[in-house]
Amino acid sequence: MTSMAKPKISKHLPTNELGLTIRNYEGSMSTLCAGCGHDSVTAALVQAFWELSLAPESAAKVSGIGCSSKTTAYFMGQSHGINTVHGRMPSVATGANAVNGDLHYIGISGDGDSLSIGFGQFAHAIRRNLNMLYIIENNGVYGLTKGQFSASADIGSTTKRGVPNEQTPIDPCVQALTLGAGFVARGFSGDKSQLVPLIKAGLMHRGFALIDVVSPCVTFNDHKGSTKSYAHTYKYYHPLVHTDFVADADEITGEYEADGGMSVTLHDGGILNLRKTESDYDPRDKAQAIDTLMQPRENGEIRTGLLYVDENMADMHEANALPDQPLNKVDYKELCPGSDALGGFLKGYC
Amino acid sequence: MNVVADIQADVRVNDFVIKIANVNGTGSASANGLLMKAIFRMGVPVVGKNLFPSNIQGLPTWYEIRLTKDSHMARSGSTEFMVAMNAETYAQDLKEVAPGGYLLYDNTWPRPDLHARTDITAIGVPLARLCNAQFDNARTRVLMKNMAYVGAVAGLTGLDVGVIRGLVEEMFGTKAHLIEANMKAIQIGLDAIAEVHKEPVSLKIETMDKTAGHVMIDGNTAAALGCLYAGATFGAWYPITPSTSLMDGFKMVCEKYRVDKDTGRKNYCIIQAEDELASVGMAIGASWNGARSFTPTSGPGISLMSEFIGFAYYGEVPLVLFDVQRAGPSTGLPTRTQQCDLQLAAYASHGDTKHICVYPADPKECFEMAVQAFDLADRFQTPVFFMTDLDIGMNDWMVPEFEWDDSFQPDRGKVLGKDELEKIEKYYRYEDRDGDAIPYRTIPGEHPKGAYFTRGSGHNWKGGYTEDGGEYKEVLDRLTRKWESAAEVVPGPIIVEAAEPTKRAIISIGGCDGAVREAMTRLQQDGVHVNYLRVRGFPFSAEIESFIDAHDEVYVVEQNRDAQLRGMLIGETNVEKSKLVPLLDYAGMPADPTFIYEGVKAHCLNAEA
Repeated sequence: MTSMAKPKISKHLPTNELGLTIRNYEGSMSTLCAGCGHDSVTAALVQAFWELSLAPESAAKVSGIGCSSKTTAYFMGQSHGINTVHGRMPSVATGANAVNGDLHYIGISGDGDSLSIGFGQFAHAIRRNLNMLYIIENNGVYGLTKGQFSASADIGSTTKRGVPNEQTPIDPCVQALTLGAGFVARGFSGDKSQLVPLIKAGLMHRGFALIDVVSPCVTFNDHKGSTKSYAHTYKYYHPLVHTDFVADADEITGEYEADGGMSVTLHDGGILNLRKTESDYDPRDKAQAIDTLMQPRENGEIRTGLLYVDENMADMHEANALPDQPLNKVDYKELCPGSDALGGFLKGYC
Repeated sequence: MNVVADIQADVRVNDFVIKIANVNGTGSASANGLLMKAIFRMGVPVVGKNLFPSNIQGLPTWYEIRLTKDSHMARSGSTEFMVAMNAETYAQDLKEVAPGGYLLYDNTWPRPDLHARTDITAIGVPLARLCNAQFDNARTRVLMKNMAYVGAVAGLTGLDVGVIRGLVEEMFGTKAHLIEANMKAIQIGLDAIAEVHKEPVSLKIETMDKTAGHVMIDGNTAAALGCLYAGATFGAWYPITPSTSLMDGFKMVCEKYRVDKDTGRKNYCIIQAEDELASVGMAIGASWNGARSFTPTSGPGISLMSEFIGFAYYGEVPLVLFDVQRAGPSTGLPTRTQQCDLQLAAYASHGDTKHICVYPADPKECFEMAVQAFDLADRFQTPVFFMTDLDIGMNDWMVPEFEWDDSFQPDRGKVLGKDELEKIEKYYRYEDRDGDAIPYRTIPGEHPKGAYFTRGSGHNWKGGYTEDGGEYKEVLDRLTRKWESAAEVVPGPIIVEAAEPTKRAIISIGGCDGAVREAMTRLQQDGVHVNYLRVRGFPFSAEIESFIDAHDEVYVVEQNRDAQLRGMLIGETNVEKSKLVPLLDYAGMPADPTFIYEGVKAHCLNAEA
């Protein structure tokens, strides 16, 4: 089979500031299973990009291998995309980002891609504070190879045939916090109203923004024994911090603060308004965030929202003293020192 | 009867080898470098080889300096003057001295056994004792002892002390106390040797004029300079001997020429990756995004990068990989040289993959071919392997000064910019619009019409996913045509003809060049004439096949066990396999002309018998 084009019918649809409809941000037809959580994440990405009025060509989509990684073909067909090798998307994103920091980098990965084969690259991209939105579509299972546990499967969660997982799960949010990420969030593919603002916030955050999205696999991990099924996630879903993204700094934010919420002004534009559902939770307290994620309460709550934010960390560009002009646009004349300099340099070797 | 006097009746001027045996980690590199540079400054051609262990401190290390008035480029294989500064290897070092030669050692701890050979002159000088008396702390004493042997060598051979002083002054600049301390150590050596050895010496260094217009530089620095001049802005790497100094070199030249003096902003980015899987991924990401990028590594790194190399080949992402080869397999001999990745690189990655390779022979070609490698990568939109080795990369070579043409413009290949995309009706990434098997690229962020999806999975000429056999084959066959079309664009072979017509020839590659040329001279003196072709690029130009066709017997000289170049010649041309005689030197040492001379000669004698 070949890829399928999606019919673009834009009539009567609202347009954003660029005069584009949501159709302009869509990609080719998804080939995932009907009901797959990943398709909801794709839809949320389309929505977020359209709402932010970002030019489609200003995005660069990067992914690894797996069901989740395929989805970069299903949104923003007018943006460049690169579907790399398994677990190695962060390195490609790093090189791409280093030579052009002006684009919005969206990395789509899965729990196998990021937490097993690509665990090392995931960790080091965070350490470098690569300026990108990194989404893990987390379903606890290998889909394309038909149902093996992934490294995020909870202890006791079972396969379709009832075999329980006995190995400790890796929580990408806890990992990201310990590795120094400045934006750590968890979402659920079933809650677009939470996910879209998180995506917008992650895109506008300067530095590494992780959103771990619980995204059920309808074919291999949506059964009774699974802790990553729709039913289980809906039951234990607990938004801890509500996030709103406001593009215009002029909009009134006082209301949030009065309500016990907090506002975070981002360097590249926009304000995050955060509202906590538990008054003693502080999304600026890393230790508390780790503690909260590490200590599941008896009722097994899945805590979601923007769990931690620090918008003031130097990103990779700053740490490397890169110029404002992207390296891929610097004129050759500025890069080659010429024959006189060569002669001068070689004097040291005579 | 004085055996030594008989042998030494022949005075050798500017044509012998000084070999310094030392302990790794004692700081002897600067003393050895000083010695070699001083000889070079006296106008005498030199070949320097650092034979070092995979170790930080304690294991034996040797440094060979060949003075070669006839401007040979390889090791000679013999040692006329051994500076034995490592008691651990005394026995071996003593054995190695050629009859009539000299052995200098530190007799602070006397060793009568070093005087056992009657056919050489062993000289003991109490360097450690003298330096301990003159210098204070332990580290200084060790370093100064090294300088003292430089003085002793100078005293014995007639090396110009004024030249040495000039170099020491350049080395330490305004630090007058260091200049004086080092010169004091050198004087200690000079005085000591004058006191213990008053007889005439048969090894002499005399001023010549054969190094003008030349530089002494290592291939890794030269390749790094090539990256700078090619306009590379991104490099990712993971530390590995013997390629580390290539990235060190790139950092050094970039800090000099690519940093904005006012803002401190850098027109380059170097990232030390978490491993080679990541370093090649980063280089691919940067190239995909339109920058010239590279990654330097060695064989083990290429093994790790292989999956990504196939991705870049199939996705048609330009990329330059520097493989500074070392002896394998596995960890192998990390500090010894070989040409053992020739096939690994040419066909790296799973599935049907073939790559463009260039094979420099010395630092000058490292500079030139590094620039060419980036042009090839951009033009053919594919990974290009720059195949060098530890000997070329890490040793200082005497080569003609590099030249640069200021009118040079990089060949960025077929890239559609914003304006072109504006005019175009529909863009397809892998469409062969010009019929030359090379499609057009676009750079992310330029124009929505230029958007495409790069994937390592099956794709058709439009760039769309496919599992259709016909569509898949169409792309794969175009990739073959594209690769084949590089055969006459890669650096062409260099042919050296023998003095007389002959049906015998040598084919070789890379750093064997100097040894082959020297062996040819010696063979010619024995009446054996061979033509010589040096391969410089892959895919092979048609000239290589016709050269083989024109000869009855072709010795393929290379530094690996499995005759990898020979295998590639057999696989990629229609030549008669039995014509190609392997001559394999894979002990890990820089190429040896005697090995080639003897190998060819033995074969010729056999053929005649």
